[in-house]
Amino acid sequence: MSSTTDASAGRAQITARTLRTDRWWLPPLLNFAGLVAWVAYATVRAFLQRDYFVAEYNYLTPFYSPCFSNGCIEEAAHFGRFLPDVWFLPYAALTLPFLLFFRLTCYYYRKAYYRAFWLSPPACAVAEPHRKYTGETRFPLLGQNLHRYFFYAAVIISVINTYDAVISFVKHDGSFGLGLGNLILVANVVLLWAYTLSCHSCRSIIGGRLNHFSKHPVRFALWGYVSRLNTKHMQLAWTTLASLAITDFYIMAVSAGWFSDLRIVG
Amino acid sequence: MTETIETHEYDVVVIGAGGAGLRAAIEARAQGKRTAIISKSLFGKAHTVMAEGGCAAAMGNVNPNDNWQVHYRDTMRGGKFLNNWRMAELHAKEAPDRVWELETYGALFDRTKDGKISQRNFGGHSYPRLAHVGDRTGLEMIRTLQQKIVSLQQEDFAATGDYEDRIRVFHETTITDLFTSDGRIAGAFGYYRATGAFVRFDAPAVVLATGGIGKSYQVTSNSWEYTGDGHALALRAGATLINMEFLQFHPTGMVWPPSVKGILVTESVRGDGGVLRNSEGKRFMFEYIPDVFKEQYATTEEEGDRWYTDADNNRRPPELLPRDEVARAINSEVKAGRGSPHGGVFLDIASRLKPEEIQKRLPSMYHQFKELADVDITKEPMEVGPTCHYVMGGVEVEPDTGMSKVPGLFAAGECSGGMHGSNRLGGNSLSDLIVFGRRAGLGAAEYIDGLAARPAVKEADVAVAQERALLPFASAEKGGENPFVVQLELQKTMNELVGIIRKAEEMEAALKALQDIATKARTVGVTGGRAFNPGWHLALDLRNMLLVSLCVAKAALERQESRGGHTRDDFPVMDSDWRHVLLVLSALGEDDVNLVRQEQVPMRPELLDLFEMDELKKYYTGDELGGHRADQGAKA
Amino acid sequence: MTHDQVFRVWRGDSVDGELIDYPVAVNEGEVVLDIIHRLQQTEPDLAVRWNCKAGKCGSCSMEINGRPRLACMTRMSTFDETETITITPLRTFPLVRDLVTDVSFNYEKAREVPSFAPPADLGPGEYRMQQVDVERSQEFRKCIECYLCQNTCHVVRDHEENKESFSGPRYLMRIAELDMHPLDVADRQKEAQEEHGLGFCNITKCCTEVCPEHIKITDNALIPLKERVVDRKYDPLVWLGSKIFKRAGA
Repeated sequence: MSSTTDASAGRAQITARTLRTDRWWLPPLLNFAGLVAWVAYATVRAFLQRDYFVAEYNYLTPFYSPCFSNGCIEEAAHFGRFLPDVWFLPYAALTLPFLLFFRLTCYYYRKAYYRAFWLSPPACAVAEPHRKYTGETRFPLLGQNLHRYFFYAAVIISVINTYDAVISFVKHDGSFGLGLGNLILVANVVLLWAYTLSCHSCRSIIGGRLNHFSKHPVRFALWGYVSRLNTKHMQLAWTTLASLAITDFYIMAVSAGWFSDLRIVG
Repeated sequence: MTETIETHEYDVVVIGAGGAGLRAAIEARAQGKRTAIISKSLFGKAHTVMAEGGCAAAMGNVNPNDNWQVHYRDTMRGGKFLNNWRMAELHAKEAPDRVWELETYGALFDRTKDGKISQRNFGGHSYPRLAHVGDRTGLEMIRTLQQKIVSLQQEDFAATGDYEDRIRVFHETTITDLFTSDGRIAGAFGYYRATGAFVRFDAPAVVLATGGIGKSYQVTSNSWEYTGDGHALALRAGATLINMEFLQFHPTGMVWPPSVKGILVTESVRGDGGVLRNSEGKRFMFEYIPDVFKEQYATTEEEGDRWYTDADNNRRPPELLPRDEVARAINSEVKAGRGSPHGGVFLDIASRLKPEEIQKRLPSMYHQFKELADVDITKEPMEVGPTCHYVMGGVEVEPDTGMSKVPGLFAAGECSGGMHGSNRLGGNSLSDLIVFGRRAGLGAAEYIDGLAARPAVKEADVAVAQERALLPFASAEKGGENPFVVQLELQKTMNELVGIIRKAEEMEAALKALQDIATKARTVGVTGGRAFNPGWHLALDLRNMLLVSLCVAKAALERQESRGGHTRDDFPVMDSDWRHVLLVLSALGEDDVNLVRQEQVPMRPELLDLFEMDELKKYYTGDELGGHRADQGAKA
Repeated sequence: MTHDQVFRVWRGDSVDGELIDYPVAVNEGEVVLDIIHRLQQTEPDLAVRWNCKAGKCGSCSMEINGRPRLACMTRMSTFDETETITITPLRTFPLVRDLVTDVSFNYEKAREVPSFAPPADLGPGEYRMQQVDVERSQEFRKCIECYLCQNTCHVVRDHEENKESFSGPRYLMRIAELDMHPLDVADRQKEAQEEHGLGFCNITKCCTEVCPEHIKITDNALIPLKERVVDRKYDPLVWLGSKIFKRAGA
């Protein structure tokens, strides 16, 4: 029982878990549903091991980039193939864990899942169900402090994604091409960069740790940009989930031949 | 009555935990005295947080021409030369040091380009002089002093293992009586608001820093705490009050919605370009520049507008006249039927600055209007009108030490009198608090050092104080009135009959009504227990409110002229023969006061010489100006 | 324009208390505190803490329909006219009576944060700081100490036992304020983690949500402080960098 309802230590003896009259349960519920849906989709796709590459237009879904498995289509593996091709190893197994941990340790997602999954707390001024709470003081949650390493990794992966998006303008036959797929890939990469750079760790590394902005005008200016992006971190967290899923789904659909890419040039 | 009373022994007891009280306590503790701070509300909530504009100190950071002499002249002018000149001198000289000291305590004022404390313009100040933090300077100051006290407690903890070894805060504690022994301060008596339990302090020195008396008025910017406790405690202990007829009505209080009526709209709105308009859209302040200020203020809108960007070559707009002038002007406009829908005038910043600029410079005001009144000040003008804001009058003290007529009793800040004369300049109160707070703390320490033996509290006095404090419970059985109702009656009386514009008949009526209220106040009854009982708290505060209201009404009736915060409809002009007269009040029992006239001490010649003869002639009678340099020159 | 409404107010102390319904009159433009004051005229012993009534002092903190709010800043027009408004004391602190709680927890925590440590070589009047360098700390100094963040933070609201080791958002923000102060010379980062319980914060942002001063407590104070702790405690790159370049820190 939480201390709030237990009214120990001389608190007001109010037994209600919360007296909030608004629909406080809605945001955590939506977060829960949204995250579960996305994780389910991403898991299925990561292990599907097919329909991830459109050879003709050089479209590679970010879920399979960089494609390191021996099972990869050769043209999709821009950086070599060396991982064993087994069913339980996603083709991008070298980078996916970093992306997963980047988002798992992200300051925004932490808020979202602590609230929606762990109900700690489900909403402000609503008592949580747990008897004990130690937060991020000990293992394993102490590991949340590693966020910045996953950020560094995410920057590298964003570079790779950018490379993928750029080379997709060169078709299989070597000529320039532009289709809806390119636009989606580019939009996705722009959003990914925005999400990655709006990261709280990035904000600290770029300038937040300084105490004298006036002595570091360049870093101060960069910190200003990152800070502005940072206020949109939550929105970017969700839009990039959507853009990743859309990009992946589009490429899967084109690759599987459910519909063909809408071509603008070539 | 067998209740055992918790007793504490201290060297200095500071009553009030606003800027003056905390600064006094810091000083007393620095002088090695064991100090108690007593506060009616929680530590850090004092009314000082309401001060918005800034703290006046002639540091010359923005305009190097500024110095203490200029500040002194501005202060004396603002107070219409009725100020205690010695206090004004000390204030102008010491304010910069006190502000710099705050930085060493951790205050973060807004900065100039070269990294110094930024200073802003304000009504009545010749140069940009107010150290500020956006429009929350008072909060910064109270927090800084609060944190300094915590840091002193940490030092004591490191040395003795007890945070409260040498300085302790008794918050939510009210003092109801002071004890004297052979005319000297011996201690204080009060109760803990939370439990209602009584508490007694045995101390040879008491510093009053209780703030003002605004709660005696219906429309006021002051909180419930401002019931004139220090004023009344001093009176009852045998000290005297001066200048009680001078009340500052801040020209710009909110007038709508009714629940926030009286809450302050900072003068910085005008300092940053806001203008006052009547219902016809006219900037009416140009019509209200009094003769004594004709030379310092712009006569056209164009010149006034140029001043904001080029203050050296233009005169300031009349919206920045001293507060009393602006308050009276607004009052006249409203009376002439040119007011806003809810009985004020329009204060317009929306048409003068860009929305982002307004939000940056006046963030608290933006939020205050947005959240309390649902008005967006970046889009529409505010409705404002005068509100009872500050009492210039207070305990008569020695300027250098802050000691009152009663040995061992000190006062600082708003509850002391003299410094501001008949009208206080905006920004001079925050500096007043730290300058005279420190001096009172120092004065108390020195007084104790000179004391052969600590005066002892008489047990009989304790019993009387206890009985008086419990009277409202006894009165309830005899059907005493509800204190909230009596308070309302008192507030209405003062607001309507001893308000911003005064007449003899009305004030006589007020004095009569106050007699009637006195009877009720003495016999108000309260229900419930003693633990956190607002009715009981008010019942006890009420006698203080009554006593100071009597002082205000009596002094206001006596002074037959208009000057600063005292405007008589029947004596509309300033009279030099009244300038040198102080009205001194002392208590006659619990609910009557005695008034005597007292001559001002003449200004030291070298201070007088800081002014031009022409200016002095507007305030002084011919006989008083013999010592001026111009006069000497003529003789030589 | 006046209408009637029902206020359900917590009356009593920690041993014995209940919610009591009072019919009240509500006028246009009023806030919750106005209604409580009107109620006091008929219930003179209704205990409530308040001061400035302008959202500047942070005294009238209470829970209105279960949400931690300042009563003076909660406009009645934000409620439906037929709605019953439930008013309770802060639930994290011991109750004194009615709507007043004992907030001494906060004062104790305030004392445990080491004060501003000024540089030894600067006297009064010699402080030079750039506006951009003080702005972050200035945001935190807007705090009016209403303790709504302390009250709402589940770390102590739901877990009385954590009060000892967790200072709460207000005082972690105070540490951040001092840590970002351009002239403060004390070392505060490790202490924030080890003495003041920064690790308890799971950045669920309720402190930011309830802050009447709209201070971005989590984004601007707590997370940056967590990151500075990581710099010191968990980042070998930074450690290596400082060894190689022998930088004394920014």
